[in-house]
Order: sequence, then C-alpha cells, then structure tokens
Amino acid sequence: MNAPLSPYTAPPTPRPVSSHTLSVLVDNEPGVLARVVGMFSGRGYNIASLTVAEVAHADHVSRITIVTAGTPEEIEQVTLQLDRLVPVHSVTDLTLRGEAVERELAMIKVAGRGEDRQEALRLAEAFRARVVDASTASFVFELTGAASKIDHFVELMRPIGLVEVSRTGVAAIARGPEKTP
Amino acid sequence: MSASPIPAAQGAKQVTGAPQMTGAQMVLQVLREQGVTTLFGYPGGAVLPIYDQLYGQGDIRHVLVRHEQGAAHAAEGYARSSGKVGVLLVTSGPGATNAVTGLTDALLDSIPLVCITGQVPSHLIGSDAFQECDTVGITRHCTKHNYLVRSVEDLARTLHEAFYVAASGRPGPVVVDIPKDVQFARGTYVTKRSVPEHKTYRPRVEPEIARVEQAVALMAQARRPVFYTGGGVINSGPEASKLLRELVQLTGFPITSTLMGLGSYPASGPAWLGMLGMHGTYEANHAMHDCDVMINIGARFDDRITGRLDAFSPDSAKIHVDIDPTSINKTVRVAVPVIGDCTEVLRAMLDLWKARDLKADASALAEWWRAIDKWRGRKSLSFRPSTEVIKPQHAVRRLHALTKHRETYITTEVGQHQMWAAQHYDFEEPNRWMTSGGLGTMGYGLPAAIGTQMAHPDALVIDIAGEGSILMNMQEMSTALQYRLPVKVFILNNEYLGMVRQWQELLHGKRYSESYSHSLPDFVKLADAYGALGLRVSDPADLDATIQAMIDEPRAVIVDCVVSKEENCYPMIPSGKAHNEMLMPDDWDVDLDRVVDAKGRELV
Repeated sequence: MNAPLSPYTAPPTPRPVSSHTLSVLVDNEPGVLARVVGMFSGRGYNIASLTVAEVAHADHVSRITIVTAGTPEEIEQVTLQLDRLVPVHSVTDLTLRGEAVERELAMIKVAGRGEDRQEALRLAEAFRARVVDASTASFVFELTGAASKIDHFVELMRPIGLVEVSRTGVAAIARGPEKTP
Repeated sequence: MSASPIPAAQGAKQVTGAPQMTGAQMVLQVLREQGVTTLFGYPGGAVLPIYDQLYGQGDIRHVLVRHEQGAAHAAEGYARSSGKVGVLLVTSGPGATNAVTGLTDALLDSIPLVCITGQVPSHLIGSDAFQECDTVGITRHCTKHNYLVRSVEDLARTLHEAFYVAASGRPGPVVVDIPKDVQFARGTYVTKRSVPEHKTYRPRVEPEIARVEQAVALMAQARRPVFYTGGGVINSGPEASKLLRELVQLTGFPITSTLMGLGSYPASGPAWLGMLGMHGTYEANHAMHDCDVMINIGARFDDRITGRLDAFSPDSAKIHVDIDPTSINKTVRVAVPVIGDCTEVLRAMLDLWKARDLKADASALAEWWRAIDKWRGRKSLSFRPSTEVIKPQHAVRRLHALTKHRETYITTEVGQHQMWAAQHYDFEEPNRWMTSGGLGTMGYGLPAAIGTQMAHPDALVIDIAGEGSILMNMQEMSTALQYRLPVKVFILNNEYLGMVRQWQELLHGKRYSESYSHSLPDFVKLADAYGALGLRVSDPADLDATIQAMIDEPRAVIVDCVVSKEENCYPMIPSGKAHNEMLMPDDWDVDLDRVVDAKGRELV
C-alpha cells in the first residue's frame, strides 16, 4: 500500500532541487531583516547565502540578495511569501529571469613558508586574487568572483596552508539597461 | 495687495495649526477617526497614560476582560460578527504575551485585529526592565505585521497604517507597540486622510479578467462541478455571500463549505451539501473526490479539508480564487488561479456567465445530482436517538430548532462539540458563526461570544462549549456579568476531552490517557457564583424546556447539558485517508486496525 501522503508526512519530493538567487527590495525599517529571515526559518526553507545593504539612502530602500535551493514549487512559494511581507517592495528571481551577474568577495588567510608560500602566490595570481595583508609566515588574499570560483580557490589553498575564510555572500544584479521592478 | 496682517496670520496658523497632543491622546484620536466604538483591554503600568485618556470620555467603550487572551478572542468575535476591525489594548510583558494565542488565532483565521501594547520607556528597552518583553520579536511570527513606535511623531501615522494593513487584502492581526515615554510625549497629530498611500503594501483586489474568463469557460464545460467555499467569502463581506448565492443558483452547481465558510450559502438551500473535510458529510466529500471541476472560492486547501493529498480529488481541474497569492499552489496545484477579492471575482464571474449566456450540460448535471442524491441517502450525520440520555447531536439540533427564528450568533470552543455544532446547527447567514478553525484554540468561545454580544447587543449569542474548553477562559463570565451581556454558554458535558478521547479510542487502543475530566466544578453553582443563571439538564424530555429557559433569561446563562459520554463525532476521514474512505456512523464496530494503519496514527 502506498504510504499516506499529507502535508505532515510528504516525503522529500524527488523533483530536482535547484539553486535560485532572489533579489528583494525592502523598506529599510527596523526588523525587516528579521522578518525575511524569520519567514525562511518559520516555514522550513533554507538560506545558502544572504547579503543586505542599503542601496538607496534617500528612499530608505535596501536590497537583500538571498541564495536558496528548492524545487520550482518551493521557490515559487518562497518568492510569494517574501512578497507578502508588508515592508517588501519587490521580489525578483534572478535565476528564473536569467542573465544576472553574481559576485562574491572573499578574504582567505593562508599560512606557510618556502615552496608553499610561492605556490600560494602563483595560484593567487592565476585567480587574480590580491594580497591585502602579508607577514613572513602568511598572506591574506582578497578575491572577487562567482561563488564557484571562490570555492575552487579555497579548495586549492587547503593543502597549502589554509587558515580561515571570510566571505560576503552573493551580491547580484540583472544584466541589461532595465531596473529590477 | 494690502499690507493687512490677516493673511499672514492665517498662513502662520496653517503651519502651526496641525493639532499637537500627547501620544496617549493620539491613540484615542486615531480610534475615533477609525470609527472604533468598542475596545477590549486590560490596564497595566505601561499603558496607564492611554487608560488615563479613556477615563471619563464617552466615545469609546472599554470592555475590561479578565485575561488578555480573552481580550484578543473578544476582539475576534467582535470583528467576525460585525465585519469591522477588532481592537484590543494590553500592557507590556505579560499583557502582550497573554495576547499571543489570540493573535495567532486571528492570523490563522484571517481576522482583522489591531492590538495596541504598552512597552517600557524607550531608554529601558533591552535592559530586562520590569514587565519588559520583546513584543515585536515575539509577535513577528503571529501577526500580519507589527510596529514598535520609537517617536511620537510617527505614532498617529503608524496607527492609521495598522488599521489599513489589518483590514486590507487578506485580513490579519497587527500589533502596535508603544513605549510609555512615547505615550507621554507631545507631537503632531496626523489625520487618516493625510496619511499617504502605503509605500509597499497594496494587495490586488480586482481580478485579472483573462483568468476569470478561463475560470468561467471551465465551469461551463463541467459535467461534475462543485463549489468549495471558505472563510474568504465571509471576510469579503455580505455582498460576497449574496453574489455566491446568485452564482450557485444560476449555474445549478452543488456547493460545500469549509468550517470557516459556513453561512455564506444557506444550509436550507437546495444546492447545499453540508460541510466538507475531516468531519464533513458523505455527500460533500464524495462530490469533492469525484468532481471534474472544482471551484474553490476563498478557501485554502487546508489539511483538514484535503486529507490524503495524493488522493485529493484526483480527476478534477481546479479553479482557485484567493486574495493571497501564497495560497495558490501551496499544497494543491490548480489549473486556474484567480487572485482577487471574493466579491470582485464573484461579480466578474456572474457578469461573464450572464453576458455569455452560459449553461453547463444539463443532462450531465442531472446525472451528477443523481449521484449526489445517492450519497445524501447515506445520511452521514445520523445518530442513534435515545430517550435515556441526551445525544449531543440532538441537543444541537434542538438548539437550532428553538433559536432559528431569531437573530442568533453561535460561537464555539474546540473539540467534538465544535464539530457537532458545525454539522447540526444549520447556518443561513454569514457572520453568524464564530469558531477557531485554523489554530483550534480551546477557550475561544466564551470571550468570542462576549465580543459578538458587544457588537450585537440585542441578538441572541450562544457559546456551544465543552466542559473541558470552557474552563480555559471561564474567568470571562465575570466580564459578561459586568457589562450585563446576556451570553448563553451551552456546555455539552460528556466528562471527557471528547475529541482526544475519540482519537485515543480509534488510534491508541482505547488507552484514555488524561482525557477524562476529573474534578469538574458544579457548573450550576459556578454560574451562580458569577451572578449568572445556572441550569442543568440530563433527561432528554427536559431538553427543550431548559433551552427555552436559557433563551428567556435576561442574564447570562450557563447550561450544563449532560450528554452521552462516549459518543463519537462521525462521519470522519481518518488521518492519511482519502475523501472516499470515510468512517461512517454505522461503522462503529469496524476493525479499526484495518482502517487506520500505523502511518495514519502518526498524523495529527
């Protein structure tokens, strides 16, 4: 017999889960970030990355960029649930729209001497990472790019002497001349 | 131009003429401007300036509840029975946290409330001050929106906005948290008219006409259609019910409603199938399962309605009318979503149906009605009558028979009695039925009855209760007496938390863990202690006389109606089952282990 299916016991849908980048314009009022984040935790959606900063000071508008993963149905629900929050101006699924630029900044601390140090510098050059701090035993690299590029660089640094990583999360914007609605 | 000083003086007056007042005065002024005449509340340290303003004025009637949860439910009852925004006023800390259950209840049932909470003075916020709690943090998840007002200059605008947000789109509760120093501070009052349009919140009310066209085209092709309507029709206002009735009559389609939607179509109407869902009728659930076009108007495919999702109405094309886009495709995929207010959508549907002179296939419809009549023949709401003991279903039916010719409002608590009330009290009008549907809050009924009676002072208001639920907000009897509200509490007393007992019987091997109501008070003496009339009835022969005595009594009444103890609420779709796998009243002796499997037991 088929297992009963209800909102309580529905097993994880076998449908493919994909990653989407959502751009959310909000009124920059106290607690707005808590509302957005609380919607995710309260309804059981996940946040892979989140960035937030004021983008129009005079209008008190902030842009929250959220990377989340889910089935198409889940992503649609997330988008609608975000749009329902009172201080939200607009929600744009940049992945669905296609043609968006996504960038992330990371700072990566690597420690080591001798050959490792040379190798770290060579790789940094290949990735166009900048040295923003150096000591006789360490470097801090600054790297900007797609999240996957940063992932790749971090993996390469691991055997060389990776100490720690700090990342900003993804900032994204649609290509072309139009303003995001 | 003369050098007369008069124009200059007038100009100066315009600049400084905006009324200056304290924050507490602003609260009262906003309430007056918003047309609020009744306020439910409980004073405390952090709202004293507002209570000071309430003193000695005559515009707004304050109802002193006995617990803040009561204030929230009373405001809900007021809102649901009148269509207005319900308003409550509570203090900081425990005042706010006590209101949380009522706020959550209002959120789940989409009831417009404005809850004003006092807060400790601004400079003490975050210091764990006496009676401080993070009210906006705590209520963020149980309100539609909430505000902490940091400056008196923002207060009037914020309060007006709170009323707008509470009542617009899908209604819901809104909290405005006001620190005590803001209540004392002087500032400029902003009138309702001078508040600009909301920057971000502008819900769509008018439907997209192309969607309505698709919906109507689908309806016209239907061979086995069914209307499935919900609380959205009630929330949209009496006009929506009127339009719905017209559309049902015009199309000749059958109609069923959710618990929240009862009364939008009259129970005496020819197309009425009764309530659907877990305790819905056989004909309603089978019509939902077998239909080919489902027209959902203002309902949200709640799990109490759908049962097993993968077997929910498998062969139908679904139309979903909802004002909240998140309701679309949340649990059930639909063919035609229509975003808009039920009144507007129903009007557009009617206009199109008439303009195009549409008709569904008459012979297919006749065949569909024949199938429905066969299901109706199962008489799924029947019960074994008794002359020895009062059957709870019989008690509700008699209550209906003896009150139906009056303007009667029914509230309930939560449990078996609630389902029996929904099944056996035949509602003819919208806004006459106040029950906690989404959250299922025991203790809802009595305060909701108080709020309803405040809105309808001359009407008959009855709380159909259970002996378990009524004790959860029993203290509100005192409120009823203080304001001489003649609310009638009709307790179906079976000495059990009946729905818990029923589930334990069906799903937990008849192990009645903690579901027997030990040490009950003597409800007749309790009524007497409050200054109300207490009546007890246990003989079916005395039932009518007792109900009549309850109706005739000008004071509040508690009726302790002693009913059969182990009656179960049927029909029932066991958890994890489909609409066509119902337990019926004549299935009493079935092997339950065969009916409900282990997986079903895990569900709620």
